[in-house]
Amino acid sequence: MSEVAIVGVGCVGFRPILPELSYKELMFEAAVKAYEDAGINPRKDVDVFITCAEDYLEGFSIFDEFVPDQLGAVLRHLFTVSGDGLLGLATAYMLIKTGQFDTVVLEAHSKASDILTFMDIVAFALDPILNRPLGGHPYYVAGMEMNRYLHDTCTTMEQCAQVAVKNKKNALENPYAAYGANITLDQVLCSDTWFYPLKKLEISTPADGCVVMVLASENVAEKLTDKSIWVKGVGWCTETPNLETRDWSKTVYTRLAAEMAYKKARIHSPWKELDFAEVNDLFAYKELQHMEALKLCEYGEAGKLTEEGLTARNGELPVNPSGGLLGMGYGLEASGMQKLLEVVLQLRGEAGRRQIPDAEVGLAHAWRGIPTATGITAVLSNVK
Amino acid sequence: MSEKIKHYSGEALKSADIEEGRVPTEKCRPKAKFAWSAGMAMSRFLEELKNGKIIATTCNKCKRIMVPPRIYCENCFKPTDGWTYVKDIGTINTYSVSYLAADATRLKEPIIVAIIDLDGASESMGIIHKLGEIDPKEVKFGMKVKAVWKPPEERVGAITDIKYFKPIKEEKP
Repeated sequence: MSEVAIVGVGCVGFRPILPELSYKELMFEAAVKAYEDAGINPRKDVDVFITCAEDYLEGFSIFDEFVPDQLGAVLRHLFTVSGDGLLGLATAYMLIKTGQFDTVVLEAHSKASDILTFMDIVAFALDPILNRPLGGHPYYVAGMEMNRYLHDTCTTMEQCAQVAVKNKKNALENPYAAYGANITLDQVLCSDTWFYPLKKLEISTPADGCVVMVLASENVAEKLTDKSIWVKGVGWCTETPNLETRDWSKTVYTRLAAEMAYKKARIHSPWKELDFAEVNDLFAYKELQHMEALKLCEYGEAGKLTEEGLTARNGELPVNPSGGLLGMGYGLEASGMQKLLEVVLQLRGEAGRRQIPDAEVGLAHAWRGIPTATGITAVLSNVK
Repeated sequence: MSEKIKHYSGEALKSADIEEGRVPTEKCRPKAKFAWSAGMAMSRFLEELKNGKIIATTCNKCKRIMVPPRIYCENCFKPTDGWTYVKDIGTINTYSVSYLAADATRLKEPIIVAIIDLDGASESMGIIHKLGEIDPKEVKFGMKVKAVWKPPEERVGAITDIKYFKPIKEEKP
């Protein structure tokens, strides 16, 4: 079976708001960059186009119908994955592995600024009989999860706040990041408590942007470029949708997604074998929870490692050198692609001032946000 | 009902049972509001409608004049090269007479909706709009029609700044 490579990337944003571009124009600009990077003509060289989008976030029914023009996919072969961009990566990976398709384009974007009632859309994902009638802001789900996690693991509020400090600082070096800032631990801890124990500055803010990538089979990749980044393994998993019965401490969905990807990528000791990780940090505590589920450390240890600086950009295992979602902004269904973009740039040695020296193997992880329990993990390397 | 089953156990639910609260129900109306950024192409298009004009973009490679305008040529996959006005006169490409409203109630006056290929634009490029000042029976393929604009002070930069298209008699050469 052919190996699968990422041969081109393009990104526009992320910015708090991109009012000058329609979502179509935003996608066009990112696509042009990706095709230029890969050295392909989308009108001739692409077998399948995949767009990752959720109708309710777009404000359109059947959003795929609005996509072909701006990707160069008119009268070609396109479909939507209604989920995070990393689920699109998993789909592209499988398509190429079948041997039937050589070149696949993957797109995900966020035009969060077009959504006037974002939290009402999030709330609409809650169970209509059991949960929605209670009212309130749906992020209370995150507050409950953080509370149980801190209680079970003795992780401290300071350790969670440190994640926000680290990620926003990393973002200052990332031109694709919307919310880089030099903030102190005290500023995070003294920010408003919005969903006890979750603080305002520990919550990612939505941002506009788009990421397009070109994937190719081994044969095609080697003809196109000498800077292929290889997808070594992909995994995904969904826990029960019932808030009433799920595990609140261990993000089992991420653990199983990671095990699936690690098995394929032959990773046995993630902490030793990975050079860095891009982990979902929609809320600061989520980075810690996900690190543990990804086996980057023992259960309950992530806070301590973060406090000691081991996950800083110059630490032993950098986590979210991009600035994460706290620093880049929450790119909705593109949030997995934000992670993947950083992994590709780091592994190519194109991460500029935030470059991790000699990075060879990286991990991208996504979670679909409140109220889901879906995780996706991908392991990538610059060595075939 | 299948032949074997003559009677289902239980009571058939009537709409009054729901309306009068005899069975539990949960109502939820989603608050889903959006305000799409029009972007470069649509912003200019809407601005020009306000001026009583229809604008297109051009592609130097395939030579098409494209309306509604876009900032990329979807066939050549390259940015467009310029702007040009097209006429507010066109030809009926296809049409339908709609006798129903969106909620499927009967309309007193049917709406005639047409695809109008605009003069000055490339083939099969134009606008979708309503037809007016014409009997549904009189509409013909290839018929020439012209935009009827709202007065300038009533235009807001929307597709409805054109009230409808009405037939014009073709000038004899």
